[in-house]
Amino acid sequence: MSLTLNDYLVLSTIIFIIGLYGTMKRKNLLMLFFSTEIMLNAVNIGLAAISKFHGDLTGQMFAFFIIAIAASEVAVGLGLLILWFKRYHTIDLDSLQRMKG
Amino acid sequence: MFEVVAFYLFAFLTIAMFSVTVTTKNPLYALSSLAAGMIFISAFFFLLDADFLGVVQIVVYTGAVMALYAFGMMFFNSLDDIKESAANPKTVFILTGLVSLIVVMMFVAPIVGHQVAYCPVNEGIGNIQNVGIVLFTKYLVPFEVAAVMLLVAMIGGIILAGKKMDRSITQMAEEEIDDHHHTDSEIAKDIK
Repeated sequence: MSLTLNDYLVLSTIIFIIGLYGTMKRKNLLMLFFSTEIMLNAVNIGLAAISKFHGDLTGQMFAFFIIAIAASEVAVGLGLLILWFKRYHTIDLDSLQRMKG
Repeated sequence: MFEVVAFYLFAFLTIAMFSVTVTTKNPLYALSSLAAGMIFISAFFFLLDADFLGVVQIVVYTGAVMALYAFGMMFFNSLDDIKESAANPKTVFILTGLVSLIVVMMFVAPIVGHQVAYCPVNEGIGNIQNVGIVLFTKYLVPFEVAAVMLLVAMIGGIILAGKKMDRSITQMAEEEIDDHHHTDSEIAKDIK
């Protein structure tokens, strides 16, 4: 018994769904950031697995660039979040709602 | 055999950690379990012969991103439990349906499509040499663009979070702090 590509893809999908559940359920902006990180990591696992089972390094390259994007997203996003918290003293998602439809 | 045991062990641990992250009400628990999950994910990269990616995962995520979150959480009152209101069930239903469709399409894409190795793995040399050769030949321009993007993000982060950083609360007298707090809350009221 050895591992196949499908094992890794199923794991990647499960972790992605956990992150997706977090993004849709949570209302705290910090928790939304955490869920986004989980989804990015799930995709990285899938890319690394495809890279190995097809003998192609492109998947790993994309995973590197995703990590770089995640790092810069955290820097800018956390800066904005701190700015918002200083002004309104809350990081609830509903506090961003200006237009009521 | 050893590989299979390691895969299932780390799969269980990662899923458990991330489940804690998305369900807990305490932000500190969420932060710690997210950091643990990130380290467990690097185990999959080592299992998949992507050594360099595994090391980068530990260094960047647990070293840089988690430290940044921990630093950012000092600004929020993170010891309180989070109060969250329930979402509109219809919106969640529609979003879930659409997104699960996209997930199925993503999942099927590598099975349906036929693959041609664009950057084939060179068997004679190690993973880090392979990554270096591909990154600095075929992906040199995206690499440089990513470097510029990180620089822009760093400057953006400093400018956004660093406002009024010159005003240190620890060096103020008590009356001064009350004064500043008062004006701040008045400004917040005005904006609201």
